[in-house]
Amino acid sequence: MNQEPMQLPLPGFENARATWQRDYSKHIADDHAIRNRSGIQVNALYTPHDWDSERYMDDLGFPGQLPMTRGIYTTMHRGRPWSQRQLIGLGTPEDYNRRLKSIFKAGASAISLIPCNSVYRGYDMDEVDPLLLGTCGTIVNSVEDMDIFLRDIPIDQISAAQNDPLPFTLLAFVLAVAKRRGIPWEKVTGTSNQSDYISHFVANHMFFRIALPGSRRVLTDHIEFTNKHVPGWNPVSVVGQHMQQAGATPAEAMAFTLCTALQYAEDCMARGMAPDTFLPRFTFFFDISVSFFEEIAKLRAGRRVWSRVTRQRLAAKDPRSWRFKFHAQTSGVDLTRQQPLNNIARVTLQAMAGLFGGLQSLHTDAFDEVFSTPTEEAARVAVSTQNILRHEAHLADVIDPLGGSYYVETLTNEMEQQVETTMAKIDDAGGMYKAVESGLVQTMIGESALAFQRQVDSGEQKIIGVNAYQVEETPSHHAPLKRPDPAVTATQLSRFKAFKQSRNQARIRAALDTLASAANSENENIFARVVEAADVGVTHGEIVACLRREMGVGQPLVVA
Amino acid sequence: MESTSNRSQRPPKILITKIGLDGHDRGSRVIATQLRDAGMEVVYTGPWQEILAVVKLALEEDVDVIGISALATDHLLVPKLMDALRSADLAHVRVVVGGIVPPEDESALLMAGVSKVFHPGSSRDEIVSDMNRLASEARSR
Repeated sequence: MNQEPMQLPLPGFENARATWQRDYSKHIADDHAIRNRSGIQVNALYTPHDWDSERYMDDLGFPGQLPMTRGIYTTMHRGRPWSQRQLIGLGTPEDYNRRLKSIFKAGASAISLIPCNSVYRGYDMDEVDPLLLGTCGTIVNSVEDMDIFLRDIPIDQISAAQNDPLPFTLLAFVLAVAKRRGIPWEKVTGTSNQSDYISHFVANHMFFRIALPGSRRVLTDHIEFTNKHVPGWNPVSVVGQHMQQAGATPAEAMAFTLCTALQYAEDCMARGMAPDTFLPRFTFFFDISVSFFEEIAKLRAGRRVWSRVTRQRLAAKDPRSWRFKFHAQTSGVDLTRQQPLNNIARVTLQAMAGLFGGLQSLHTDAFDEVFSTPTEEAARVAVSTQNILRHEAHLADVIDPLGGSYYVETLTNEMEQQVETTMAKIDDAGGMYKAVESGLVQTMIGESALAFQRQVDSGEQKIIGVNAYQVEETPSHHAPLKRPDPAVTATQLSRFKAFKQSRNQARIRAALDTLASAANSENENIFARVVEAADVGVTHGEIVACLRREMGVGQPLVVA
Repeated sequence: MESTSNRSQRPPKILITKIGLDGHDRGSRVIATQLRDAGMEVVYTGPWQEILAVVKLALEEDVDVIGISALATDHLLVPKLMDALRSADLAHVRVVVGGIVPPEDESALLMAGVSKVFHPGSSRDEIVSDMNRLASEARSR
């Protein structure tokens, strides 16, 4: 940092520092600048010269207090351990239900359902090439499927996140199942992951999309509906993870995420919702790369910025609105196919960065994700990694243990500045919605992705086993993945077709007509109609097709 | 169709695309840029292309190599693409796949006529040199 050297009231400090500087230069004649992934120059040593505890109350404060740097809750992991939320999704609803029970036994405390890519693309299983069915996630097309998934699972006692892009059919199916089981919707808790349509337009072309204006409306409807009827549900998870996986630097990913959250909040407020009614249910989702200290600083800085913008820009008064609640996933981009067991070390480091960054919920990647959807053994290692960090390494015992580190505090401040610079660029472009519509964000991400790849290609960024320390390997010690048995998939397909036949066709048509007219109305809540449709047996693909037809398809905004 | 002599003089022409359901496009975008930087002519499409659309584009653009980026099991469709290319009399066009391909699937792809499977960690130099070699193979047929 280029600030004026402070005169510190520490006897002997300046002399000792000058001596060290001289000796250091003597030993390292050609010391080269090191920059982290966000482009911040990293020094060899940090001292009270860079960050001084006189700034303690401004920069840190106490856990659960502004500016929230040390954590959003008073007791943090000591009072309430983070949720071990493993993503699972494989094959049929029966497969899924069995895997679900097995990971609960291994210590997971919450779930996160990954549906098959056909679901993400808005199709039912009878609309896509059967070769791809269930190879990447679980096939769920109707309330019947959801009922099988959740067999013997007490849905009023677990937190069930759904990877559920708009129009949120999976939540609609869960609500229909709850109704069948007599469980009041007030007891249903969890999160709509993948509700962040902006991140899909920008960075993750995995999902079907309704055209941008329609997406904006359906998300706001969803927030309004759950706010009223499913108060324990988090309708929004703003996803920095997509941006970073697509190539944004950690600082950019944080900035884009915060700008997206501000956009959604402003959209809700434009509809007359008061910020303190919905902000406490906003959640975030981040990628944790292996750039250890940078990730810790990113998460601490993000927490501080959110607590500030919610107060200053959104005028939120409720402290719960200021809390930056986030789930994090260890970054798959950092994992290598070469020497795949090395990935366990990488995931451990990433997880530690996330814990020191004060996360609320964590998914650790399986070391074999570079080959395919995780095998059961690798999934178990991933859960065990979290248990080892907590129970053997005692990482949950002390709150924000790196707080006050000269380096971590300086880096947190510098990351915060970078985040704010990028946020100002987005503000200048008219906010996140407009910056995405114009392609600005996509261009920035593309440039950062390429810059990182060039560092890898030049060897400036070493990746063990890839461009450094390579060894001759036999192709793989990887246990062949069990793909869904085609016969089982075929059985599910015929069951699905029979289900569709058995429905009261007049009711299905009526529900779809109601949905279509809501889509064309000015102020009807579209998500409320989705929930009704799911309840009478309308399928995922039918709901999506209806909305696509009525509201237009969102084309990928590709900047190449 | 250009004459053979013209074809052999122009830079390699590569189609980078994605078929199937997944849309993770970081890899395909980075590769497209790197091949362009290496002097090749690159036709790039967004994700979710239909197999027949890819064949049509390969024919219209007279490409030498098709690069399929597959990160989430869409490589399972590539044998169907190979069949469609043969039916369209484009058997000379070389096809490579890059992304997440389990080892047991790699041999199936090679059996189906795919020239090469690139895995994560393949270097730019390796990809560029293989693309050059495959493009000249495609033209010599």
